[in-house]
Amino acid sequence: MIPPQFDYHAPGSLEEALGLLGSLDDAKVMSGGQSLLPMLKLRLATPANIVDIGRIPGLDSIGEEGGYLRIGALVTETALEENATVAARYPILLDTAKVIADPLVRNRATICGNVAHGDPANDHPATMLALRAQMVATGPDGERTIGVDDFFHGLFMTALAEGEILTEIRIPAPGGVGGGGADGAHHGGAYLKLERKVGDYAVAGVAVQLALGDDGKVTQAGVGLTNLGMAPIRASAAEEVLTGARLVERGGLRGAFSKVRDAIARAPDADEVIAAAAQAAADATDPVADRRGSVEYKRNMARVLTGRAIAKALARAGG
Amino acid sequence: MAAETSNGPRTSAKICGMGHSMKRKEDPRFLQGKGNYIDDHTLPGMLWLDIVRSPIAYGKIVNIDASKALEVDGVLAVLTGKDLEAYNLHWMPTLMSDTQMVLPTDTVMYQSQEVAGVIATSRYAAADGVAAVEVEYEPMTPVIDPFKALETDAPVLRTDKEGQEDNRIWHWEAGDKEATDRIFDEADVVVREKMHVPRIHVASIETCGCLADFNPVEGHLTVYMTTQAPHAIRTVLALVAGHVGLSEEKIRVVSPDIGGGFGGKVPVYPGYVIAIAASVVLGKPVKWIEDRMENLQADSFARDYHMDAEIAADSSGKIRALRIKTLADHGYSDAQAAPSKFPAGLFSICTGSYDMEQAYAEVDAVYTNKPPGGVAYRCSFRVTEAVHCMERIVDTLAHKVGKDPATLREENFIPKEAFPYHSPLGWEYDSGDYQAAMDMAKEMIGYDDLRREQAEKRERGELMGIGVCSFTEVLGAGPSKDFDILGIKMFDSAEVRVHPTGKAIARFGTKSQGQGHETTYAQIIAEELGLPAAHVQVEEGDTDTAPYGLGTYASRSTPTAGAAGVMAARKLRDKARKIAAHLLEVGEEDLEWEPGTFSVKGAPDKSVTIQDCAFAAYTNLPEGMEPGMEATNYYDPPNLTFPFGTYICVVDIDRGTGEVTVRRFVAVDDCGNIINPMIVQGQIHGGLTQGLGPALFEEMTYDEDGNNLAGSFMDYLVPTAVETPAWETGHTVTPSPHHPLGAKGVGESATVGAPPAIANAVVDALAHLGVTHMEIPIRPDRVWEVLREKGVAI
Repeated sequence: MIPPQFDYHAPGSLEEALGLLGSLDDAKVMSGGQSLLPMLKLRLATPANIVDIGRIPGLDSIGEEGGYLRIGALVTETALEENATVAARYPILLDTAKVIADPLVRNRATICGNVAHGDPANDHPATMLALRAQMVATGPDGERTIGVDDFFHGLFMTALAEGEILTEIRIPAPGGVGGGGADGAHHGGAYLKLERKVGDYAVAGVAVQLALGDDGKVTQAGVGLTNLGMAPIRASAAEEVLTGARLVERGGLRGAFSKVRDAIARAPDADEVIAAAAQAAADATDPVADRRGSVEYKRNMARVLTGRAIAKALARAGG
Repeated sequence: MAAETSNGPRTSAKICGMGHSMKRKEDPRFLQGKGNYIDDHTLPGMLWLDIVRSPIAYGKIVNIDASKALEVDGVLAVLTGKDLEAYNLHWMPTLMSDTQMVLPTDTVMYQSQEVAGVIATSRYAAADGVAAVEVEYEPMTPVIDPFKALETDAPVLRTDKEGQEDNRIWHWEAGDKEATDRIFDEADVVVREKMHVPRIHVASIETCGCLADFNPVEGHLTVYMTTQAPHAIRTVLALVAGHVGLSEEKIRVVSPDIGGGFGGKVPVYPGYVIAIAASVVLGKPVKWIEDRMENLQADSFARDYHMDAEIAADSSGKIRALRIKTLADHGYSDAQAAPSKFPAGLFSICTGSYDMEQAYAEVDAVYTNKPPGGVAYRCSFRVTEAVHCMERIVDTLAHKVGKDPATLREENFIPKEAFPYHSPLGWEYDSGDYQAAMDMAKEMIGYDDLRREQAEKRERGELMGIGVCSFTEVLGAGPSKDFDILGIKMFDSAEVRVHPTGKAIARFGTKSQGQGHETTYAQIIAEELGLPAAHVQVEEGDTDTAPYGLGTYASRSTPTAGAAGVMAARKLRDKARKIAAHLLEVGEEDLEWEPGTFSVKGAPDKSVTIQDCAFAAYTNLPEGMEPGMEATNYYDPPNLTFPFGTYICVVDIDRGTGEVTVRRFVAVDDCGNIINPMIVQGQIHGGLTQGLGPALFEEMTYDEDGNNLAGSFMDYLVPTAVETPAWETGHTVTPSPHHPLGAKGVGESATVGAPPAIANAVVDALAHLGVTHMEIPIRPDRVWEVLREKGVAI
């Protein structure tokens, strides 16, 4: 549990960091160190150079701007958890942050680091898939934006090029103020994670984000899956089952800021639709058997959690 | 929540003797980060040891090339088995008179075995040196499954042991086999369960380590080390290293503050010996601190008993006989730390709380290519295995004869009139009132209401279970006629010295690892001597100053060293009485003792305090009396103590995920008279959590190649506060008739009692589906498989 020798660099600006990444051999970017530090201590990662971007000013802002929730590279899980906008309008993000590691780690761990690591066992990637987020990568040639569907390439592999840093995540804001919506939609999302004990990697994790019209029909659905394959998975077939389906009785959805959270009136065949979507999500998985369970168990957990996450997302959309 | 039918305190709050919930004297330093643990120790010129470990479970060492390691800046030496062989220190005896390598000369026997030691000027350089040592192995096919180890074509693993022709270590049995078999042949009902209490690990917060400091000029060795038994370790060092010049009077073992032992800090690990050897060879202090993964992967495991148990009963469920056949997987060596005459520990407590005609238990121990051990993890030597076995199969019997498991237990309890009770396997239980503990537990949890709720939920298809466990423990080893470790009798000791101003220091042969000895022992002295517990300084763990004792494990401290403290304090009180008579100018028989004060009968205003007597012991003695105020006692307990309790657990099962939620858990313990109720409650809470772990989470598993699959806290799942339910505790008080305070041990009851209560609750939730047993740990995926098989998964 003792890391090998490495050279440590703490640039004071993004330009300096990019310069270091361009000039140093075998360099690795560190933000919170949630994954990198254990890998160093286990000598699974042995970079010659570590470029710690943690002291660069201006990368730790989070807030809505220009129709997006913008999460800077150094925004920690704790900062996300304590953010009032997130709590009010993006409860799925709060769900996700709260089940990552433990509070001590979350004080250091960053959302962008969680995504950039490319680990399908990490929790934010599934949520970013459900939210249809955009990744802003900054490299020597400037910024480029990568859609989340193009970002994850495989185990620990992403679209980030050598010398690029994930500097921001942009999540499309639910229309208007209050999430209830001037765009005529009711938004609700949830992230559910089955874990062996608190702080564990997921046995299975499911992120669901729904938008519903006043008529109770789903206008947009996002379903992302954690630790159920070699990369974070978008359950497209499940999304298709949900999109256009009437899950709530007409008039069953309340307006923005309603505090009433009692059960919403589900449409007659909503349970069948949800079950079909849950099964479609399970069919999208490609898990491996390990100490967290058999392939069959994990597939079934994807199904069970998807059903429950849809129900929770619906309840939130209705509130 | 806590309920009690307790012994109230006899002393004032100022004196703070037995029955007072005195705040722990050691806590200010622990809570403020001022504890003095092994890694807090540094010495000038100190070097570091780090250890090269085997990546394979079994194989020949072809070559060890240390040349690149020696090129690492700061690396001074690389020690191998060949180097130690020159001093005949490459092997060592275990406490069970088996043998174990310190460093191998030619063969590795388990994954993570120590292969070489790297000595360097810093921890970092040592680790870089370890990474640079190149070892070439020739792997061999390991024996991992203990049942396969017994097959005739299994390779013999311990070819180093003369006369060893198979992988058997020993066979142990207790009871009358023939008489037991006869009852089974004629019994109305026989139930049988096969169960495995899996290999687990103590996983104490502090890992193991030492700082060995050999002074070559004086030939004196000081070892600061994480040990629960410093005196025994000193003697072992003198016995095994006498030939290289270490002599017992020149060895000092110091056990500083310890961050949890739980039996895992009783054995001698190779790391200690390598550090000592390195210090002797180099003449410099050498520190070794293992990391978490080394601790989990190489240090002694616990449990790993495969049991095949049967009960014979009459048709009403009255138990007539118990029969258990057991296979014990000890890994590469029998490196447990049980008393010499008890290779299977106190497993013969397996008849538990129930009266029966006969019992027969046998255990066969076997070698495999896994780390050595078999330590008693918060357990008085295999009692956890015995209780799990009995308490699980009693439920199977209740299910079979169609009785409520609590009722079946009550109908089989040893009645309180029957104590002292002679069990069929040879124990004399000192005292008990099992029905009282059962009544309190049922009352606290609302047993009948829960059964009604369960029936309603079953109608709706919801899965809820209620688990009962009524255990009997056997603690406080032990009487010298039966109990020794390497021949040393298992007495323990106390030495109490009262200073002229009426303050005292009390030293004991035991060693606290967080149990609160500094407080509990002070209260014992306060109880007997009437000095405020706040004025009694307790010391343990330094072999240069503390009286000889066998250490702290098996819940033996209060039954043995605590009793020694009582006897030493009573000697002082007797002396003080003589001094008081002298000061008050009356006869001793004219004095009355109230804690802290002698007064003249009929004239209560004529009195002297214990402090007055202490001062007089140094200043104004009766003629002919030896000065000073000091007494020592070596206490050889007449019997063990037999605490007991009833635990009731309520679980809910998620039919979607298989997750088990412990909704409520009531623990009613009876540990005799209680010294510090708060400390006892803390012990119960901690023990319950360490019972929850193996019941639902913890298991050390290996693949067929002998690779450890749970070698870090990512996969060795120790429960946290999040997983832990709100424990509800209660106490009944049935004093021990032979302990001078009427106290019994308590530290381990909850670890022993909790797993079967939880397992029984889960099985109870599924019993109507035909489930009679679930192996622990009861993981969600295992439950889900059952739910699916029974067609109730959603």
